[in-house]
This record gives sequence, structure tokens and C-alpha cells, in this order.
Amino acid sequence: MATYSTNEFKSGLKIMMDGDPCAILENEFVKPGKGQAFNRVKFRNLKTGRVIERTFKSGDTVEGADVVDVEMQYLYNDGQHWHFMVPETFEQVAADKSAVEDAIKWLKEQDVCVVTLWNGVPLSIMPPNTVTLKVVDTDPGLRGDTSGGGGKPATLETGAVVRVPLFVEIGDVLKVNTRTGEYLSRAKG
Amino acid sequence: MDNPSSRIEWRPTATIENLRLRGRVLASIRAFFAERGVLEVETPVLSTATATDPHLDSLVTRYTGPGAAAGLTLYLQTSPEFAMKRLLAAGSGPIYQLGKAFRNGEAGRRHNPEFTLLEWYRPGFDLRALMDEVEALIASLLGTPAAERLSYAEAFIRHAGIDPHAATAVELKRLAALKKLGESLDLSDEDKDGWLDLLLTHLVEPHLGKERPVFIFDYPPSQAALARIRPGNPSVAERFELYIDGIELANGYHELGDAREQRCRFEADRERRRIAGLPGTPIDERLLAALEHGLPDCSGVALGIDRLVMIAAQAQTLNEAMAFPLLCV
Repeated sequence: MATYSTNEFKSGLKIMMDGDPCAILENEFVKPGKGQAFNRVKFRNLKTGRVIERTFKSGDTVEGADVVDVEMQYLYNDGQHWHFMVPETFEQVAADKSAVEDAIKWLKEQDVCVVTLWNGVPLSIMPPNTVTLKVVDTDPGLRGDTSGGGGKPATLETGAVVRVPLFVEIGDVLKVNTRTGEYLSRAKG
Repeated sequence: MDNPSSRIEWRPTATIENLRLRGRVLASIRAFFAERGVLEVETPVLSTATATDPHLDSLVTRYTGPGAAAGLTLYLQTSPEFAMKRLLAAGSGPIYQLGKAFRNGEAGRRHNPEFTLLEWYRPGFDLRALMDEVEALIASLLGTPAAERLSYAEAFIRHAGIDPHAATAVELKRLAALKKLGESLDLSDEDKDGWLDLLLTHLVEPHLGKERPVFIFDYPPSQAALARIRPGNPSVAERFELYIDGIELANGYHELGDAREQRCRFEADRERRRIAGLPGTPIDERLLAALEHGLPDCSGVALGIDRLVMIAAQAQTLNEAMAFPLLCV
């Protein structure tokens, strides 16, 4: 893998820190007028999600991390692993629970997700921004109430619970924003 | 329709309002020195010699033409110090210069490789008198309250809890580790100044000049650069720095006038550059000859104009204070 000097540091660059892949969030050049120049860098550890701060002597190098984002279709869960496939090449990967954790409640078979791979192994999964999911449980709907006022919880087919308007019924298909967890609309058809 | 040139960013990064402010700051500085009888001078940006400090990397260019058929290596000056000292030795009296200086490798929120420096020299002034004048200038430009004066040691003891003169490099390293600094840092156990710089930039500087400007003075002799060293226990470099809101704004010296001592420091710098594998830099023999002739006892200071305008504009980055920074030229 390539190495990067501090002069190549920028937000988004993937590097290895303490044996873990990290993404640079911020990079600041600091230098006393008469003295040593440093780069003060904030990273996100891509395995743990934790943000750490480190300082380098300007000009020093670090090892790059082989981290790539790939669009993949979610296939199925075998009880232990979650399987994804690149639609064009049929190449498949299996993600473990720690990689899918944050995405799990939005994962619907056939949906296309962004899979972050480190040395070919899934690190994390980003579900689509908007997913279309069926309501499997909610309090009976108030027919005719389309005001959208109030609201109630509804359980979706993937297990996610979202706040929905009172008129939503079991069997309805909803569009939901996965970033905010908010109900957007009823899907047509 | 979609003309490619329409996507080229040609506009200044600073607002026209900030550029007007910058113009007013420059005019006020000239008025300040005119009133005090300090002469404005201009010295070359290009020179056959340059700073030897291992932490300064000079940009290099080449002239070929009449007088130098085979070509002549010229360095863009990291400050106008050497040439201005030659003027002082020639009897110029008090002088100032507003001009460009260049430092390779320095770019960021508060750095640009090409920047504007105000540098001035006061024969007969000691550091205290020069700090008073710096304070008067920035008060007139920024309306800042009376400045605090804090020794380098006091600043370290207050904000890092360690005596920078007595501590060893290993003790400084241990403190850095305790503060979760320096975990990935390749600094040797012998590089005391490196560890001091780490603690200064990370623990001390952010606190300096928050409520009012602060002058830090009496630096470790190893960081004297071109300042005199005052013997004592501990010996200290007669050097100061001005901070406003955590930003290093000016650096002043009681100027070293001893040609022999100056040559020793240049040689020591060159040796450190050689060991670090840095490019060698020629010694400015014309400066040494001028010192040999006699530099009047004087103090001098350099102040970063881009940072000054940034503070005056209450901006967070130099880009907001200068028209066309590095990535727009």
C-alpha cells in the first residue's frame, strides 16, 4: 500500500493508525515562527467509529489504508453473516454483525447499499438514503385523518420502528429517510 | 452554455470589504512610522544567501542574463532581516519595511508560502522599549487593551505545568504522553526544542492573548535565532513574541551584533541541516561583513500583516485576509 506524507493529508484520506484503518477528518498545519512544524490531525477510526487526534512532524509519512466504497446489493442474512453482491460482476462478500450493526434495521433484500471494504473485507454498510418498507405492525389507522398531526409508532418489515401519521395502516408501504429515521410518505402502488 | 472557464475560480478569497480594511491597515502603519520618524526602506526579495535556520525552507530561483551568463542561484528571502541590518550598519537610523517574504512548505489556516511582513529596527531600543512600541502600534490598529508580559518560563508553568529551562527532553516527552500528545510523533529523546515546540503549540499557545495581547519573552538560548543571549541562571535569549487570541503575530530580538558569534550560529545551523539531510544554504557574508563594521545596538521585530488583517477582520483564516492565497495563484 502507498504511503502518504503530511503534505498529502486532506479530509477523506484513508490511512492506517495503530493497526486500524482511519479516515482523516481535519488536518491543521501548525508551526511556531522559529521552530518545528507539525500537522495536527483528527481521524475517524473506521472500525470503531471513534474520533482520535494525533500530531505528526510535518513531512513525516504514514501508511495508506486499502479502503474503498463499493455499491453492492444486499442478498440475504444466513443467521451469522450478511451477504452482499456487486450486481455487474456477481462478486460477493459476507459482512459480520459489527459491520452491519448501524444499517441492520434498514436492510431489505435487493436494495443497493454502499459497502466500505478494507482489504476486501466489509467494514461498514451505508443503506440507501431512502428505503421503501412495509408496515408490519401499528395501532389501527384513523381512516380519513390525513392531517398528519399527532403520530404513532409503526414497526416496519426490517424491524425498524418509525413515527408515522395516524392514517398509516398495517400493510402500507412507506418511504423512510434512513439518515434521520423519519417517515417521508406512503409509497405509490 | 457550459463554458469551462466559468468553472475556474478567479475571484479573490477575501471580501472586497476585507481588502479595503487591509488597505487602511497598511496606510495606518505608514502614518504611524512617519509620525515617529522611522524611514521606510525597500530591500531585495532575491538574494544569493538566505536564512540558515533548519526550520526555514527558502524557495529558490535562478537568474540568467547580463552579469550572470552561467546563471545565478537566488533565494527568495524568508524575511528582510539580513539586508535591513546592512542598512543599519551603514547608518540608516530607524527603518521599517512592508514587503513580501517567502517560506517553502508552509501553508494552512494561518500560513501562506508568500506573505506580507512588517519589519522594523530601532537603534538604541532595548526589548522593553520595542515591546512598548509594538503595543502602541497594535492598539492603534486593533483597539486592543494593555498587553500582558509573561516570560516563556511563566507561560509554560501556567499552561503546561513545567519549567521549560530545567526540564529535560525526556521529561517534556513524558508530559506530552500524559497529555496524549506525541503518540505518533517521530521526535528524538535529544530534541528538546522539538518537544518544547510541541507543548508550546498544543498546550500553551491556544491560551495566549485571549483577553488581551500578551508578550512572551526570555526564550531558551537554543531558540535565540538572531537574538542576543543574556547570561544568567538560566541564560535566556533576548527575544519576544506577541500573541493575540492564540495567534503568533510578531517576533522581536535584541539584535545580535557580534559577527563572530553570528558566524558560529550560522555554522551550527548548517551542521544541523547537514545532519537532518536538508539542503545546504550559503552564509550571508555581506551581513557578516556589515556586523564586522558595526551594527548599532538595536532591537528589531517582524509582524505578520496577513494575520494582523485576519484578526482585525475577525476572520478565522488567512484566505479571508489576502486576495489570492496559494491555491488561487
